[in-house]
Amino acid sequence: MSAHESRYSWGGDEHLVVQISEAMSLEANFKAMAMASALDQDRAAGIIDICPSNASLLVRFDPDLIAPTEVERLVREAEASVALSTKQELETRIFELPVWYDDPFTNETGARFRDRHQTPDKNDLEFAAMENDLPDAEAFIRAHEGSPWFTSMVGFVAGLPFLFQMVPQERQLEVPKYLRPRTDTPKLTIGHGGCFTAIYSVRGAGGYQMFGITPVPIFDPEQKLVDFKDFMIFFKPGDIVKFRRVDEAEYTRILAEVEAGVYVYKQAPVTFVLEEFLADPDAYNARLLEVLYGN
Amino acid sequence: MAIEIMETGLATSIQDQGRVGYYNVGIPPSGALDLVSAAAANVLVGNDPSAAVIESAYMGPKLRFTEPSIVAVTGAQIPVLVNDQEMPLWESFAVQAGDVLSFGILQGGARMYISISGGIDVPAVLGSRSLYALGAFGGFQGRALQSGDVLPVGVGNGRPGVVIPMSLRPEFSREVDVRMVLGLYDYRLTKNGLSALLDQPWKLTTVADRIGFRYNGGALEWVERIQPFGAGSDPSNITDAGYPVGSIQVPGGVEPIILHRDAVSGGGYAMVGTVISADMDLVAQCAPGAQTRFRPVTLDEALEARAVARNRRASILRILD
Repeated sequence: MSAHESRYSWGGDEHLVVQISEAMSLEANFKAMAMASALDQDRAAGIIDICPSNASLLVRFDPDLIAPTEVERLVREAEASVALSTKQELETRIFELPVWYDDPFTNETGARFRDRHQTPDKNDLEFAAMENDLPDAEAFIRAHEGSPWFTSMVGFVAGLPFLFQMVPQERQLEVPKYLRPRTDTPKLTIGHGGCFTAIYSVRGAGGYQMFGITPVPIFDPEQKLVDFKDFMIFFKPGDIVKFRRVDEAEYTRILAEVEAGVYVYKQAPVTFVLEEFLADPDAYNARLLEVLYGN
Repeated sequence: MAIEIMETGLATSIQDQGRVGYYNVGIPPSGALDLVSAAAANVLVGNDPSAAVIESAYMGPKLRFTEPSIVAVTGAQIPVLVNDQEMPLWESFAVQAGDVLSFGILQGGARMYISISGGIDVPAVLGSRSLYALGAFGGFQGRALQSGDVLPVGVGNGRPGVVIPMSLRPEFSREVDVRMVLGLYDYRLTKNGLSALLDQPWKLTTVADRIGFRYNGGALEWVERIQPFGAGSDPSNITDAGYPVGSIQVPGGVEPIILHRDAVSGGGYAMVGTVISADMDLVAQCAPGAQTRFRPVTLDEALEARAVARNRRASILRILD
């Protein structure tokens, strides 16, 4: 699939790391996920964690149970089997996430940390618009909510998704991180750094630009909502998410549904075929949204 | 049977031997930072080595027992007192209802472990009783301990006077060699950058907690390049990737950080190597100011060191036999 070879490296005596590509691409991410899935089927004893990330794969193992050389053999075998498969497709789902863009919570937090920001006289959305040659924050919000996003990695902290915009690279929104990280970010902030949007699953430090906030939980250790019945984390690698802009009134209404324990994610199963997407992203995205909204 | 927390000490939490298998969604292993000291504390009071204990850093808590029991303290070198009378470390002893356990001033190491016969009986979450503070679950009510907390204790069968021999206890120094395997993104460093990492001691800063240990002492030079798409603009940036527990990242080329058992599971900073599993307990027992040298070893040497550590652990687990 890619001309260059993956780079294999030991992370101490318990980890093997495969760098598939130094640059982010949907192809590299797909390969990481396919290798992870191949390793997970029939998982060898002693393999503890299989963590696909944006353009790499991390495998944690117990060398008392499986020799590192055997782990490397299995991972190389998985990579070879993925390279042979002709059709890159993924059984996944698409769902909607309501977002109150330009909300007072993230704006207030941003204002507190202006000394760490590139443009102390602008908010994060205005800065992001400028960085992407867009006329104003409104145009940036439209570009951000206009296309679906692909979950290329889950991590950093529990349940935090990294999302990759499903448009050709020249149209992808790119924004530098804060000059120095903040010590605070509201829970459920929609943030963006480099080419990735992330949703902060917990309150805490962060360096991504802040664009808005969602009323819907993505990490729920108490597992109150029906979508968390099986597991406390909602996002899985490969999930496709469509942001939907809401105003304060709708944000408040959805928040009340969440607090009452009755909110249900709007979602639909979908088969994602990489080649078909790459051939015509806009047409493919339109079909995905039909699946979600049942047109 | 219960333990009442009267004063919390520092960063005091419930930990066991950790939570396995959820790193792919960002949930780290957690568990005692010094796993062997925690296991030893359990063995001394007749518990399974994986029972839950109390972990504190630098300053111990003050706590009261509601009923007679058997307890032990391991880990850092620090006076431990029951009703103001000094008790031995690495040895089980009896306490009576109403007895108060407290600590003096830290003399060596950094983290202490308090075990009680029967173990701390908080609910297990995803297979472990360990607190994962960033996720606000596990431990006692998903948070660090506070004064006034009352910890439930299971039923135990410990006895006083069980001792871990001196030869099996860790030794503490303010100057340590931490063995690591170079790799991951170390090719991003110039020859000078690599020398700067390995040839000088680094000083542990006050940013040394369950997530990571940050050092200062110099700056590393990166190979110049046009940054790949998605990686970010700083030469120390990479396309966000999974972080091994124990990996050493160097944001901005200054202040290397060793990720520990509450690690963030991934991010966008280049890692230049990974501390070997056998030395993670040693890192856990370093206090700010510790002079630290990163000593590169091969994978085979890391596995030999692991075997030595495993034998020491096995000897500790056998003391009751």
